[in-house]
Amino acid sequence: MNMAAKKALEVYLDMLSQPCRAVHIFLNHNKIPHTVKTVALRKGENRTAEFTKLNPMQKVPVMVDNGFVLTESDAILKYLATNYHVPEHWYPRQSERRAKVDEYTAWHHNYIRPHAAKVFIMEVLVPRMTRQPVEQPKLQRALEQLGDTLDKLEGMFLKRQPFLCGDDISLADLLAVCEIMQPLGGGRDILKGRRKLESWRSRVISALQGSFEEGHQILYQLRDKTTSKL
Amino acid sequence: MPLEIYLDLLSQPCRSVYIFAKKNNIPFEFKKILLFKGEQYGEEFGKVNYFRKVPVIKDGDFTLSESIAILTYLAEKYGTPDHWYPADLQTRARVDEYLSWQHSGMRGIAGKILWLKLMIPKAFGIDVPKEKMDSAMEDLEEALTAFEEKFLQDKPFIAGQKISLADLVAIVEIMQPLGVGVNVFEVRPKLRAWKDRVRAEIGPALFDEAHQMIFNVEEVAKSTDPSAKEIFKPKIKKLFL
Repeated sequence: MNMAAKKALEVYLDMLSQPCRAVHIFLNHNKIPHTVKTVALRKGENRTAEFTKLNPMQKVPVMVDNGFVLTESDAILKYLATNYHVPEHWYPRQSERRAKVDEYTAWHHNYIRPHAAKVFIMEVLVPRMTRQPVEQPKLQRALEQLGDTLDKLEGMFLKRQPFLCGDDISLADLLAVCEIMQPLGGGRDILKGRRKLESWRSRVISALQGSFEEGHQILYQLRDKTTSKL
Repeated sequence: MPLEIYLDLLSQPCRSVYIFAKKNNIPFEFKKILLFKGEQYGEEFGKVNYFRKVPVIKDGDFTLSESIAILTYLAEKYGTPDHWYPADLQTRARVDEYLSWQHSGMRGIAGKILWLKLMIPKAFGIDVPKEKMDSAMEDLEEALTAFEEKFLQDKPFIAGQKISLADLVAIVEIMQPLGVGVNVFEVRPKLRAWKDRVRAEIGPALFDEAHQMIFNVEEVAKSTDPSAKEIFKPKIKKLFL
């Protein structure tokens, strides 16, 4: 392995963060040499002077490729897919197929990302921080909203296709699956009973093989810790 | 069959698509959808776009929603000047970075001011509590500061020396509060200078024409379809209040 190339690409990640997992899995699956710098959000490592200099927004993931600093997982994944010549299905070159992936990554921001995260935040993070029980009415509303969003995911994107944007896995599926996994940290499988989406998830996990499992280790550990308390 | 673009120019993402298509002389059929008349709930439109949102394009059999996806698709398909969506990977990544951040960082934050100050009270007769208004103004200040400090910095445009899709998507959002007399440029000279540059690049006539709607918001509010009002009211309560 070219050690210079490995050090040239750095990614700052917290594996409990959904978009960080997507970047990490993408890099490993495509065997792109890189160095991972861990930023533990729960320890406030994103608020250090050093990290703030790198990213004033104090968010992860951040990518640094030979000095080129880039934030936002969509932008990072699209950049990596192009710069490192990964198989085309990740981010197709043909305009209409590419547009479908862009359509998903745009929609994702205001639907899957916030609505799945909210459930995890309410069931795991807030109770942990406040040491109060889960606010059930709020959680129910969040679950309803997520339910609507999952209906849309299935009806608008998946439809009768194997993957969200066509016959092959793409960046869309990767981003979506990492968000959908998150509430599992609190022991909740949000796809339970949704057979089409469950099949889709199995296909995605199958396509990603080892890198998916490895990328989700920390989430699984959190799940085991949380569910053992129940 | 010509390219069809479904638009309501009161909507920020519709404006960015409209401006882009006009600026680049992309031939299209303007399909007007008046959101405040509830036209997005019509049967025909439902066949075009599952989500019943604008903007949406129909290019032959190909249908596409989401303004960001539409803009990059049009840039590619119609071979628009490179600066809009540069081929250079790092410059393009800079544009993608803004286009991604803005979904949660800017989109809707500026637009909310128009809703809370005018649309909600005037079109729907719902009172807006002061804390909601104050909170929305705070969010706007935060977004504009982030915009200036992280995305614009000391460059003429977001991606560098030339205007790109990032500036276009940003400007249509940032202009929105002007419709209710909230002049975001008054105390932000850097932002104002950027706005002037963007307007000059787009062309003042096109820029002003595209933004005309936001200065007519009161008219739009008064003309809101009563049946549309009933559909909107619960959504608005949930979204804004």
